[in-house]
Order: sequence, then structure tokens, then C-alpha cells
Amino acid sequence: MKSDTENLLSLVDVTVNFEGFLALNNLNLKIKRGELRAIIGPNGAGKTTFLDVITGKVKPTKGQVIFKEISLIGRKEHKIARLGVGRKFQSPRVFENLSVQENLELSVSSPKSPLHLLKKNIIKDQLEEVFQLMKVVNLTKKNDIKAGALSHGQKQWLEIAMLLGQKPDLMLVDEPVAGLTDEETDLTADLLKSLAGKNTVLIIDHDMDFIRRLDCKVTVLNQGAVLFEGNMDTIQNNQKVIDVYLGRPD
Amino acid sequence: MNTKNIKINGRLKFIFWVLLIAFVVAAPSLLPVFRLNLLGRYLSLAIVALGVDLIWGFTGLLSLGQGIFFTLGGYCVAMYLQLNSSSEFPNNIPEFFALYGVKDLPFFWAPFKSLFFTLFAAWLIPALVAAILGFLVFRNRIKGVYFSILTQASLLVFFNFFNGQQKLINGTNGLKTDVTQLFGQMVGSELIQRYFFWITVFLVITAWFFSKWLIKGRFGNILIGIRDDEPRVRFTGYNPVLFKTIIFSIAGALAGISGALYTVQSGIVSPQFMTVPFSIEMVIWVAVGGRGTLLGAILGAVFINYAKSLVSEALPASWMFIQGGLFILVVTTLPQGILGWLYSESPRNLLQRFGFIRKIKTYPSLEINKNGES
Repeated sequence: MKSDTENLLSLVDVTVNFEGFLALNNLNLKIKRGELRAIIGPNGAGKTTFLDVITGKVKPTKGQVIFKEISLIGRKEHKIARLGVGRKFQSPRVFENLSVQENLELSVSSPKSPLHLLKKNIIKDQLEEVFQLMKVVNLTKKNDIKAGALSHGQKQWLEIAMLLGQKPDLMLVDEPVAGLTDEETDLTADLLKSLAGKNTVLIIDHDMDFIRRLDCKVTVLNQGAVLFEGNMDTIQNNQKVIDVYLGRPD
Repeated sequence: MNTKNIKINGRLKFIFWVLLIAFVVAAPSLLPVFRLNLLGRYLSLAIVALGVDLIWGFTGLLSLGQGIFFTLGGYCVAMYLQLNSSSEFPNNIPEFFALYGVKDLPFFWAPFKSLFFTLFAAWLIPALVAAILGFLVFRNRIKGVYFSILTQASLLVFFNFFNGQQKLINGTNGLKTDVTQLFGQMVGSELIQRYFFWITVFLVITAWFFSKWLIKGRFGNILIGIRDDEPRVRFTGYNPVLFKTIIFSIAGALAGISGALYTVQSGIVSPQFMTVPFSIEMVIWVAVGGRGTLLGAILGAVFINYAKSLVSEALPASWMFIQGGLFILVVTTLPQGILGWLYSESPRNLLQRFGFIRKIKTYPSLEINKNGES
């Protein structure tokens, strides 16, 4: 048995009951420090609810969520974010009326109190970091452009950069390659892979080629509970997974 | 194309500033006392409009209850002025108390004997009331229409309270200030009113620069973020409740200052300042001027009110229709307000909305200039 300090995040018997509908049903899941983990599952399997529970948007009916040995239950979203949980949303959510640079400045800024933001300008190190991040996601030339004017793929990348800027210990990434071209998908996969080790990354996606490229442990969710865990090959040959999700292999 | 626009904007701005400064400097000697006094009153309304722009234009909080804070500021200065001029009245308290048989000054009047206290109270009390009201509302995540309804309901509560308290604050009659004394002069006198005009001009400019300072950095960016996507702000690690409470409280303080200046230049403060239409008008000034532009709020407040008095003199009773029509016109054809339109769109869009020219299906550079790139 491994000691619990090895796990960055553990969910114990988490149930979310939406007026009779069990979005999550006794879900148990452990993520180790530095791990890259992919989560797949059919629509309605509870993938997004699972992220909502971790980030404090939804309070579970029952169960525990332990992050860095602290219980996250009952904590506000911004407190959980400050503890080190970062989230990228399914459809890109950036501040459309702010420029690329302003978006990133908000994510790297620390401390995040109103008075601090009023009194001081952004410090040099953080501004340096903003430029670094823009370079990583190839948006340096667009620093002054409003985020709302970016293409879909660029918004996805900006949001990933914002997530990186928060320097979270745990990165929750919901469908990072939805609507991206093949080339962009490959680049995103490489970027996320390179983050693992230092960071702990949890990715939710439907794109099997993308998941395969990530080359990591995969958890299959179905009806709010874990159906199967393993690497991509064992999953694609598992009868239960084929039945509920993958269908017959071509 | 873009650089050209910026250049034109820069020149327009310069001309605008020269004209404005020239006008303000020349106003006291050009305008008759009556007109100058009106201008002073409308300039003081520009300060409450700035507050509305901060909370609505930037943060997305549509408050229909700014009249509360406006009136509180007005009562603060009126109470001071009444106390300052009541030495000849029975019991040394303001005259109206005698009508209701009140012999002792209500306890909360006492601190307003001090000018120093009053100058702080006129903005600090509205700010505190706004902070408390705001914090309770924002903490419970009441948003959008529900927030607007709640602020309007609060306005009605305050209105009914102030209206009914004859023995405390003269109820529906309000407190008169024009026949009171300040530094040995009548407040309604030409000399004092001229001073108030200058103080108002100074405070409008100060409030404007203060608001610009608030929104220019990361604090302002968070406000815009809250307006556009509040949950995203939370997940980035910021607490929107704090930001919203602070900006709502600042808007309350600005409303208080505005109400104080408006009161001394109008000669009276009464619960009429807390009627529902007046607070909605404040929103209209900002909407017409251009929300999220600050300057638009100032111009909207001054010009609409000045137009109101000019139109009302020429065609009594028609103003309500004109104001309603103006609001509908701006909302349907210039959703960004007049200044927002000048800043962000070309005049072509306006002609388009009225149907004078056809809509462009692709990009202007492709359809208007047949050669493509300009």
C-alpha cells in the first residue's frame, strides 16, 4: 500500500445527486504527483461534474475530495484555485474584451487581492513570465489584440497559457483539442506531455488519437463511476469499455 | 486604415478638449447666473453618472438604486447647513422641528454641527451603506436582473422611510439649504453659488481622473472580467465579491458627493431624489453617452439634463417623450452609446442601421474598395 502523501488528489466515495440523477456515483480516484492522466467516457458519464466537484463549483452530496492532504469540500472556487488547482474549460473561456497580454497578466498576478492590484503595477518578473508564456503558445505578435478577436485555436492556446501562468500543482484540462487542426492537436499533446513530471495534469477528451499520443494512464468513466483503468492498449481491448464507449474496433 | 482612424480620433479629442476647457473657463462670465447654476447642477450629476459607469459599464452591475446614495450625501450637507443657521430659532435647532413639537435635536444630527465631519460623512456614509448592501447581495451571488430589482426595492424602502420621518428629517418636505448660512453668506447667493460651480468643476475632473486611474490597470481588467465571465474570474483565483463590493462602494461615494453638490446648488434635498424615475435616468445618461467610456457618462449627464431644461422651457410636458425616444434610439442604433460609437465604429455603421446604405457582407476592404487592400 502506498502512503497517501504520494497522491496529490484523491476522491473518496464521491456522489453528486442532482435531484435523483446520480451524476457521480461513489467515485473513487487517485492521482499521483507528477502524473499525466487522461479521463474518457461517453456523454453524461460525469466527466465535467467531476471537474466541477474538484474546483468547488458543485458540492458533492457525499464523499471526500483531498488535495495536498487538505479537504476541498466546502471551499470557495477562488480559494481552491489559490491552493493550486487550475482549470481549463471545455469551450475556451478567455476574457474577450481584454488583450492577450492583459489576460495573461491576470493569471500570473500574485497576490490576487484588490488593494494590491490597485496600488502596484505588475512586477518585472511576472511581466517577463507573461512574455515567456506568449512565446510558448505563439501569441507574441498578438499581445495587443483583444482575446475576442482570436481564432478558436488561438483562444484554446491562450487559455492553456493562462492555466500555465497560474502555476497550479494540478491542472484540469477539459477537451483541450476540441476544434483544433491536426497540427495544433499534435503540438498541444507535446506541450501537455512536457508539463507532466513537474506538474500533475488531468485531461478529459474524446479524441482517441490525441489520448493515444499522450501515452499515459487512462481512466474510463461511465454512469458516474470508474469503469476501468489502464493504458490505451488494454482499454481498447477491454470488453466492458468497448460495450459502453468505443464500440467495435474497425 | 487603423492608424488613420487613430489619428482622426486624436485630432477630434484635441479639438474637443480645447473647446471644453474654453467653455468652462468662460462659462461664469458668459452665462447668466441662472444658466450657470443649472450647468453647475448638471455637472454635479456627472459625478453620480461616473459611478454608474464604473459599476454598470465596466463591472456589469446595473444598479437602479443609486438615488439612495445620492440622497444620503445631500442630506448630510443639508443637515450641516440647517444646524449652522439655526441659532435664532427656538431651542437652537432647525426651524421645522417646531412644527412637530420636537424640542431636542435627534441624536444623529449632533455630529453634523461640525463642517469637518460633514465633509467626510457626505461620501463616507453613502460608501458604507453601499458596501454593506453590496456585500450582502454579492456574497449570495445575486446577479443580473435580480440585482437590479433588489437595488430598486432598496430605493423604495429608503424613499418610504425618509418620506415618513417628519420628526427626524422633515419627511416629504425635505431640508431647504438656499436660505441657510455658510461663512456668513446666504447659500443661495450669487457669490456662494459661483464658488459651488468652481468646486463642482474641480470635483468632476477629480472624479473623472480617479475613475480613469481605477480602471486603467489590472484592477480595472478584473472588473471587465467580472462583467464578461465571472466564474472564470473565480477559477483564476480572484474573489469577485471583494472587487464588486469595493467598486459598488466607490460608486456610492461618488453618488454621495454628487448629491451633496446637487443639493447645495438646487437649494433643497428631499425624498424626491429617491424616486424610481430619477435613478433610472442616471442609467439613461450613461447609456446615451456611452457606457464603459467614463467621458460618455459625464457628457451624457450634462447634455441630456441641459437639453431637458431647454426643451422643457420651450415645449412643456414634451420632455418625457423626447427622453424616452432618445433612449430607444440609442439602444437600437447605437448600442455602445454616442461616445462608444465614435470610439469604436465608423459613421458608416450608423447610416447602415437606418437603412441608408446597404450592409456589407464581408470585409469593408473587399467590398467598398474594389481593389481590395487600401
